[in-house]
Amino acid sequence: MKAVDALGEAEIEIEVTINGRTVRRRVKARQHLADFLRQELELTGTHLGCEHGVCGACTVLIDGRTARGCLTLAAQVSGRTVETIEGLAESGRLEELQREFIARNAAQCGFCSSGMLLTAYELVARGRKPSRAEIRQYLSGNMCRCTGYHAIVDAVEAVAARQAEGERP
Amino acid sequence: MKARNFRYVRPASLQQAYRILEEGGGDAVPLAGGQSLLAGLNMRLSAPKLLVDIGELRELGGQSHAGGVVRLGALTRHRELLESELTRTRLPLLARAAEHIGHAAIRNRGTLGGSLAYADPAAELPACCVALGATLVLGSNAGERRVRAEDFFKGLFETDLKPGELILAVEFPERAAEETIGFGELARRHGDFALVGLAAVATLVRDRIERARLVYFGCVERAALARAVSAAVAGSSLPLTDQAALAAAIRTDLSPNDTPGLRADTKLHLATVLTRRVVNAFAARAAA
Repeated sequence: MKAVDALGEAEIEIEVTINGRTVRRRVKARQHLADFLRQELELTGTHLGCEHGVCGACTVLIDGRTARGCLTLAAQVSGRTVETIEGLAESGRLEELQREFIARNAAQCGFCSSGMLLTAYELVARGRKPSRAEIRQYLSGNMCRCTGYHAIVDAVEAVAARQAEGERP
Repeated sequence: MKARNFRYVRPASLQQAYRILEEGGGDAVPLAGGQSLLAGLNMRLSAPKLLVDIGELRELGGQSHAGGVVRLGALTRHRELLESELTRTRLPLLARAAEHIGHAAIRNRGTLGGSLAYADPAAELPACCVALGATLVLGSNAGERRVRAEDFFKGLFETDLKPGELILAVEFPERAAEETIGFGELARRHGDFALVGLAAVATLVRDRIERARLVYFGCVERAALARAVSAAVAGSSLPLTDQAALAAAIRTDLSPNDTPGLRADTKLHLATVLTRRVVNAFAARAAA
């Protein structure tokens, strides 16, 4: 049996597209994506709450789909496309959701908001109007410890309804 | 918390993955979607020395349907179970179950093979595979072998996988037209670990159950056929009337432990409620 030292690397060279920019770095094998974004790239909009996949504060998009930044290694996203709250906000794609969150006071302390917005973005992007129950279920993996869920659901519902209206022929 | 230090390797082929896993022995652990494994590492429940990232291996992907068998590659994501036309029409039990697996972000990453290999007794997919009579295709340097799901789950987080062996795919026999499925789970929050869950397959003739395969999760040590309950409901007409026989059968099959916040007798009560709910819903489906 060969020692594992010869089989794998403690540090890995990765190349990943982050918010449209190609980033090449050496990362520690154990560093998860959320720490990589925050500590190496200073993209601190991605928050870390529980760090074991329960709270959803670290939600990012990998190849366009939501993922837990704490349950993904930086090494795993080599060759992939990652978008964070910073990238989505700057691109303007989150504007309507952000506006509605502000209007309805759906961001209280703001800690969960980046994860909430990205998850809501994925839901709204489906293009059909979800029921309130569906919205709650879709957001069930994102915790708000201010317990401001009602306003968050209101905001997502309003945006989803407008977009579904707009797309109707 | 943060995971302990480990090394990482992303093999370019299945053969290379086999070789690394064999040479690494017990120190090497395969990483697919990582949605259970990495949570466990962050909480320092385990500390493998080497993670072998099999998440990009083409050989473990794909879905097909031929000769009365639906074959799902080990890297099939939970989201695909929920959305793919093949699983929605041919394996509706998996599509129903997938709604309850974690949350959207977890379902985007987590894989079928990963869930089966991890063998969490609260997981939905091991129970579904046993209920559906699935067969797991395992591979290693020594070649391929097939193991029935019923024989695969050995105990708490324990499976029939040998060191250096990977799940390649899962094969499901095509279901007969008269077969119906049932699924339910009770959790504190949608997507959380099930306190009590049930996956079921039954053959109905009008409102009478001919045969049934019921498998519990969440309140058991491993995914296994609930023989007494399956036998007790077979031959019954719906809705179920003999509550005492059902409760007795549940007590034969299940012997849950007290856990913080939930006593064993509460779990048995919940299992009885859930079983009635799932089995009686067969009737509605049969009528539809």
